[in-house]
Amino acid sequence: MRILVVEDDKDVGGFVVRGLKEAGHVVEQADNGRDGLFMAASETFDAIILDRMLPGGIDGLRILETLRAQKNSVPVLILSALADVDERVRGLKAGGDDYLSKPFAFAELLARVEALARRGKAEGPVTKLKVEDLELDLLSRQVRRAGQKIDLQPREFRLLEYLMRHAGQVVTRTMLLEGVWDYHFDPQTNVIDVHVSRLRQKVDKPFPVALIQTVRNAGYMLRAEDA
Amino acid sequence: MNFFGRPANAGLAPFQQAPDGLAHADDPASPQSDVPNPNAGVPDTAFPDAAPSEDRRPDDRRLLGGRAPDLLHSAGFRFAMVYAVLLAISAAALALYLWWATAGLLDRQTEAAIRADVQGLSERWDEGGLPALVLTIRERLEQNVDDDAIYLLADQSMRPLAGNLRAWPEPVSRADVLYELAVTRAGQPALAQVQRYDLPGGFHLLIGRDVQARAKLRTLLTDALLWGLIVVAVMALGGAFVVRSLFRRTLASVSATAAAISTGDFSRRVRVSGRGDEFDQLAETINDMLDRIGRLMEGVREVSNAIAHDLRTPITRARARLEDAALHAETTVELHAAIERATGDLDGIVAVFQALLRISEIEAGSRRSAFTEFNLATILADVAELYEPLAESNGLRLLLDTPANVPVWGDPEMLRQAVGNLTDNAVKFSPPGGAVLLSARAAPAGVEVTVADQGPGIPAEDRSRAVERFFRGEAARSTPGSGLGLALVQAVAHLHGGTLHLEDAGPGLRATLSLPGQLVTELSS
Repeated sequence: MRILVVEDDKDVGGFVVRGLKEAGHVVEQADNGRDGLFMAASETFDAIILDRMLPGGIDGLRILETLRAQKNSVPVLILSALADVDERVRGLKAGGDDYLSKPFAFAELLARVEALARRGKAEGPVTKLKVEDLELDLLSRQVRRAGQKIDLQPREFRLLEYLMRHAGQVVTRTMLLEGVWDYHFDPQTNVIDVHVSRLRQKVDKPFPVALIQTVRNAGYMLRAEDA
Repeated sequence: MNFFGRPANAGLAPFQQAPDGLAHADDPASPQSDVPNPNAGVPDTAFPDAAPSEDRRPDDRRLLGGRAPDLLHSAGFRFAMVYAVLLAISAAALALYLWWATAGLLDRQTEAAIRADVQGLSERWDEGGLPALVLTIRERLEQNVDDDAIYLLADQSMRPLAGNLRAWPEPVSRADVLYELAVTRAGQPALAQVQRYDLPGGFHLLIGRDVQARAKLRTLLTDALLWGLIVVAVMALGGAFVVRSLFRRTLASVSATAAAISTGDFSRRVRVSGRGDEFDQLAETINDMLDRIGRLMEGVREVSNAIAHDLRTPITRARARLEDAALHAETTVELHAAIERATGDLDGIVAVFQALLRISEIEAGSRRSAFTEFNLATILADVAELYEPLAESNGLRLLLDTPANVPVWGDPEMLRQAVGNLTDNAVKFSPPGGAVLLSARAAPAGVEVTVADQGPGIPAEDRSRAVERFFRGEAARSTPGSGLGLALVQAVAHLHGGTLHLEDAGPGLRATLSLPGQLVTELSS
């Protein structure tokens, strides 16, 4: 995927660019607002990682607003040290698709930006999700694996749906909290792990191949082979 | 028919009528000119003191407590002046009334007497012409017991025909005016009030009254009133200074407190006299404000101390790990492991920072703009649902007891986090086999959310400190956590105008979050 990183801090920017390249993406970098806006507006990207406070007279929100005013709907992840609830709301209102506050873990950033880039490509509404022999019907709200019906609680269903929509991608615990539970703060204890292990009991345990994988230091991934 | 042809009420208000300037020219008691003077004198005597101080630097005027501000810019002085002027105006009004009721009454009586004379003489003229009039004048002079009547009948060339004046007084030239003038009557100088009437045939009649006695009375009265007004003016001025000093003394406490606080002594409070008056209300409001600022400052100090002490430990640990790895790690695996642990430490530090920032964000109160009405029961169900698997894996039962609808006015995100933190604690500290109960109910004053566990609880002596930032009880030392959970719950409770109450559930801890529904609605509006 082609990703633009607009970040003025050399260390953070370099770190992000290296990490994204290692993950197999094509990365362009701008270290000030003007270049960032120029590149974002003139080239095509699958996703943009945007810092808010930038030198060069144009800050991140201005870039975002300009892009959106030009009907450019490229997925944008705002990466900012402004972590207040209000700042977050401002960022999302300006047209941001996701908001990650600094300091951050690279795994979190990578998982989120990949999720965003893929979401940008999603074609039309889906009624059925399928990963290997696991099927999830969004209309009848039924889950089957190898033709066998699996009973899930409503929240377990949403958790599995989220994992399946991001199949093959790393999904962090924070993403699950936000996407499935609509929680925007960290619970002190890691409650997500218990929910996932419960889901595993139903989805994976009775079957020979485990689909829900734990990705160390990052989160979870739904895919066929072992990590 | 009345030949005098004079308007019936023309003489009713003699001193308002004098157009010729003669009538009252030498009258010292004329109310228009003299009575307001004492009032005018009040500011005149006060301002010269104030004038020279106008060139003082403006910052001298800022505080009442220190040096006196110059008079023109003193609110106390302005209030005092208003008091003085009001007092003087009421005194002047009283004096005017007294004048009208005494000297004015005498004037009106004289006038009425003259009018009655005119009536009588006019009838006599109609009945018997000139001889009857002359006769009547003589009779009346003889019968005049008070010896104050003045008559003079003169012919075409102003020669006296009858009456008790030797000659026609020179100034009396018009017929429709009441004159007051000095005359000589029976060899005696006297003050008279007279009016001229022109009769058919070129005769002129002068009718009047000797007002010498009345004039004396009027002088006396005028003097008394004038002195009275001066006394009032002096008292008003004195009163004004008393008001001003009262004002200054009352404000001096406020001012001195503010000055002391601005130089760093935050323990000072405005003195409350206990009278319950407006100044006491002001003092109490200011003291409440200072208490609130004090609590906020205390919070800031607490946080700085906490950062200094509680963050130093994990930072030291992370630093030691990295330095140790840099000096002693012999394999890449060891190095990686050390870096990973140090990163974990840093993540912990970041989490603490975020929790601290969130608490101060909540305490700042700015989130109140996000308040909305929502069902608290849904929030509780959400939290219970989130923690239920964790509770189960810890061997606990998580019970939920709430009515279907618990309407609350507030920030749903914040309350979810608060209830989440309480539940987190309860699940964390409960031994296996116990139960955690989440409940909500309508209390008399609003809504009560209770999270009760069967864990070790918090010893009574620690309970009040448990909500402080970074406080960790004995039982909590070995468990992970930052010691900020309850502090955040308390901040959320305060944001909603409510309280967090911790008590012994025997065994265990019962945390009750009381949200005063009514008050919360008021706060938001």
